[in-house]
Amino acid sequence: MTAVRSMPVRRIAGGMPLRFRAVAVGAGCLLLALVFGVLAVGGGDYPMSPSDVVRTVLGGGSPAEDFVVHELRLPRVVTALLVGAALALAGAVFQSLVRNPLGSPDLLGFTQGSSAGALLVVVTGGGSAALAGGAVLGGIVTGVVIYALAWRGGLHSHRLVLVGIGATAILTGVNGYLLTRGRLMEAARAMLWLTGSLDGRGWEDVLPLLAAMAVLAPVVLLGCARPLAITEMGDDLARGLGVRVQGMRLVLLGAAVLLTSLAAAAAGPVSFVALTAPHLARRMTGAPGPNLLAATCTGAALLTGADLAAQRLFAGHQLPVGVVTGVLGGGYLVWLLAAQRKAGRI
Amino acid sequence: MAGTHDDGPRLSGSALTLSYDKRVVAEGLDVAIPDRSFTVIIGPNACGKSTLLRALARTLRPAAGTVLLDGRDITSLPARKVARTLGLLPQTSVAPDGITVAELVGRGRYPHQRLLRQWSADDERVVRESMEATGVADLAGRLVDELSGGQRQRVWIAMALAQETPLLLLDEPTTYLDIAHQIEVLDLCARLHEERGRTLVAVLHDLNHAARYATHLIAMRDGRVVAAGPPGEVMTAGLVEEVFRLPCRVIDDPETGTPLVVPAARRRTEPVTR
Repeated sequence: MTAVRSMPVRRIAGGMPLRFRAVAVGAGCLLLALVFGVLAVGGGDYPMSPSDVVRTVLGGGSPAEDFVVHELRLPRVVTALLVGAALALAGAVFQSLVRNPLGSPDLLGFTQGSSAGALLVVVTGGGSAALAGGAVLGGIVTGVVIYALAWRGGLHSHRLVLVGIGATAILTGVNGYLLTRGRLMEAARAMLWLTGSLDGRGWEDVLPLLAAMAVLAPVVLLGCARPLAITEMGDDLARGLGVRVQGMRLVLLGAAVLLTSLAAAAAGPVSFVALTAPHLARRMTGAPGPNLLAATCTGAALLTGADLAAQRLFAGHQLPVGVVTGVLGGGYLVWLLAAQRKAGRI
Repeated sequence: MAGTHDDGPRLSGSALTLSYDKRVVAEGLDVAIPDRSFTVIIGPNACGKSTLLRALARTLRPAAGTVLLDGRDITSLPARKVARTLGLLPQTSVAPDGITVAELVGRGRYPHQRLLRQWSADDERVVRESMEATGVADLAGRLVDELSGGQRQRVWIAMALAQETPLLLLDEPTTYLDIAHQIEVLDLCARLHEERGRTLVAVLHDLNHAARYATHLIAMRDGRVVAAGPPGEVMTAGLVEEVFRLPCRVIDDPETGTPLVVPAARRRTEPVTR
């Protein structure tokens, strides 16, 4: 607090330089995600060199390579990429909306809603398409209910957190009950889904999420990022600057719930990506605000990297990707808290 | 944009009923902000002065009545258009972690920006001028978290200035500041009012500051306007007693000749109730 303390002189005027760094971080993470992806596609019982992988993806592979890449391995990598991006974007939006660095969909009940929907399908003996549908529907219904309960002449962040925590508690109980109701085989399948796994994903698992990202990501990143950053300074100030605060919240909440549900439908409720990626992105860009673009790309890199690790960490034995993100994300969080404690901030 | 209507001031409210949920703060409130004035609203705690300011700034929708901006119902105007005419500095605003002074001031340009035209040379110039006008240009690259209370308040005012609005509404801009910083901020407001011909509306607690700096005074109690006019006419011992229930004398400020409120001394004969 002394005047002698070094003054970080970073940007002379607000605007471009800052955005440049955010874009650079985003591009770097995207590149990293692609490298992880190429490595993941190249691995397995039919190993391929990275150059072979790139050649095959671009359409120059042998029929065998074509089959292995396009039918077996690429859908999984694309799923990882999209699920990571969607979860991170939704997480960054939630953290900003509820003005709480822990405000991820896992904490606010949306993920548990998806789980409840999926478990209901599993227990009643539905197939994998029905399971995905159940996850989407569960997430959306939970989103609408939480929204309706938290609404009081406007959407207020603290009410959203409290209602969300309540919903999490109730749905965790419901999910536990559903698991005990299932037969052994069903329960095992449900457990694997609940951990979050990308095993055996095909194009049909990717498409709904791809469509949602194609529509929602531009809406959120281009349309809402700046007003969202302004609203972090207070509702009155944002309104004074011409932000339509409640309308923006409604759009963002809807988009984040949809993205979370569709990500869960594609890969299960993969833990900690929504929480960790926005934090990592903020540390890398050093920029204030929600950092939506950087967070999205960080999430993509995080999940493709985690899935690569899940496939390679133990030879001959694959881990569900949710185990890796859980261990990595949890470890990161503990490290972050410890570092902040040392810096005297907590 | 200015002067498109002939009768009445640019900003006024008529028959306003203001409430939070079911709790009514004010009913049938009429208020007019004279053009190019430095209007100060005074009144005891919970008299509805901040609520009135929020209604005038469109951040609170009146339960009844209308706020007129340039002759039109403010709620019917597009949000960005209002934000280019009328700026608001709320009492509690949060500076995001790790934001620099220049970035924060730059956010005042939001209503002037578009999706495809985000940061122009014009924005750059206005931000620089706003920082110079408030004396924070030297702090441009500093983090807002590291500034003193007085510096921080000047940065917020710079942000409001960067919005480039002919009308500027300030909710208790001097709260939490020591006396030197309070005067500094008020001097700045007076200068902005005089040099740039802006209309300023501020809620203030200190009656002597209000009397010294205001060109137009609005005194409120229990959700209604008790008196409005030049400080020399409005600020009388009778009015202060009526509005604040405070016995006092009003003398001439030896520095400026404006009214100076001196609260009456406690009478020694009254026993202290236990």
